[in-house]
Amino acid sequence: MPLKGTLSVFSTTQLLNLINLAKKTGVLHIYEGIESGKMLTLGDGQTKIPELVPGEQRAEVIFKEGKLMFASMKDKSGDLTSVLHKSGRLSDEQSRIIRDRGKSHSDKALALMLINANYVTKQQIIQSIQKHTVDIVFDLMTWDKEPFLFDDTAAMPDERITVPINLENVIIEGSRRIHDQKRLEEELPNLDFALKFPDSPGEKFKDIQLSTAEWRVVGFVNPKNSIRQIAKACNMTDTEIRRVVHALLEAGLVELVKPPSAAKVQKKAPAAAGLRPSKDGAPSKAVVNRLIEKIKTI
Amino acid sequence: MPMQTVKMVVTGPFSAGKTQFIQAVSEIDVVSTDRKISDSSPESQEKPDTTVAMDFGRITVGDDLVLYLFGTPGQRRFDFMWEILAEGMLGFVVMVDSAKPETFREAKSILETFRAYAPTPYVVAANKQDHPDAWSPEDLRIALRIEDNVKLLPCVAKDKESVKVVLLELLYSILEEMES
Ligand SMILES: Nc1nc2c(ncn2[C@@H]2O[C@H](COP(=O)(O)OP(=O)(O)OP(=O)(O)O)[C@@H](O)[C@H]2O)c(=O)[nH]1
Ligand SMILES: [Mg+2]
Repeated sequence: MPLKGTLSVFSTTQLLNLINLAKKTGVLHIYEGIESGKMLTLGDGQTKIPELVPGEQRAEVIFKEGKLMFASMKDKSGDLTSVLHKSGRLSDEQSRIIRDRGKSHSDKALALMLINANYVTKQQIIQSIQKHTVDIVFDLMTWDKEPFLFDDTAAMPDERITVPINLENVIIEGSRRIHDQKRLEEELPNLDFALKFPDSPGEKFKDIQLSTAEWRVVGFVNPKNSIRQIAKACNMTDTEIRRVVHALLEAGLVELVKPPSAAKVQKKAPAAAGLRPSKDGAPSKAVVNRLIEKIKTI
Repeated sequence: MPMQTVKMVVTGPFSAGKTQFIQAVSEIDVVSTDRKISDSSPESQEKPDTTVAMDFGRITVGDDLVLYLFGTPGQRRFDFMWEILAEGMLGFVVMVDSAKPETFREAKSILETFRAYAPTPYVVAANKQDHPDAWSPEDLRIALRIEDNVKLLPCVAKDKESVKVVLLELLYSILEEMES
């Protein structure tokens, strides 16, 4: 099924996380947002935001089985010559000559020619393409309102050389670059929550590159420690801890849990606890079985 | 014979399909507490009625047993009703409009709020699966960060059979909880 929305309600980071975890294959299109004049009501039934409908396409990102393959952005040429030129592997002069002569060559054919002519190595081509792709995605992670469509039915374009990139590191690095305090507070409003590792953390931590600050926080991950306590132990401000935890959460390396103390308070909280049916008034298994039989017949 | 009443709650963001869900299986008309959204307000273009106090549906099992389905009002300004409705519930359904990502954050927040009221079983219904823009249940699970042990079921609230499956799955979870 295609995924449709706007980055204001489902961020680029959340999309990357979804594509990564669901191991999706497809093309993510991001469009210029055009105000339709209508308002969109959020889930609280009160907050309204202007509805943005897709205009011209601004960027396109290709994924295969949850890996980032290639990205292109309007006004940033993604052909191999431009990519190598930008990364400094080809001089102005060299890229001009290749453009003049190689118009009809596909990127793949051109890459072979350049390698055979000892202009560049295969490794340099791969690195340049990876950098081009990742830079665009980092840029997209700072966008916050554009309409998007993830199309999992589109045929994979094959004119470009694609290099699979693990999304976890991209998500972490991109999240590090989000410096918008308001957004961080919105994503992680409550520092009284604790953190725990997901069910198969080993798998996820295998190829990950964490900063020192991130590793320190990881060392304190335990359902008994609130985020606030971790911040104190690591000597971090609220904003600093939010940024680190947000990055770890987005990459799926940790999960939020209610700390035991908060959970206890919560359970006692309902003021009207006396109204709850007494223990012997609670329905029995026989009652539930009767409900099941009844619902089957309606 | 004394009459026993059992209550389940249907909650979720504004316009998720809570009223529709209860209507599909209730033997009485549920829209008693819906109010027309005033014609000048922008919501009225999308939706003529909203629930202001609660929905109320009934399924009579026998002379001695009745199931009540309570639907929460979707607009946040009526959330003072939630805790009262949650009191004594056997379980709850969180409805999500699968085609409206702008409501996912609220859905998750409502889910967490109800979970804190009572440790009862619950299921999540990925509603409006007939809509062309609907996100799949698998994608919703990741988007809303729903744990793997929580049932997330595809749903079309307009279709009674689909609503029955959601209610049955909730009841099976309740049974399992009693047996453990
Ligand atoms: N296509 C489709 N539309 C649905 C479905 N369920 C509900 N709707 C429509 O969605 C709109 C909202 O449904 P309601 O049942 O009023 O939603 P609600 O959650 O009770 O809304 P509030 O009480 O205002 O929060 C109505 O126009 C319904 O007809 C569904 O499964 N598929
Ligand atoms: Mg309603």
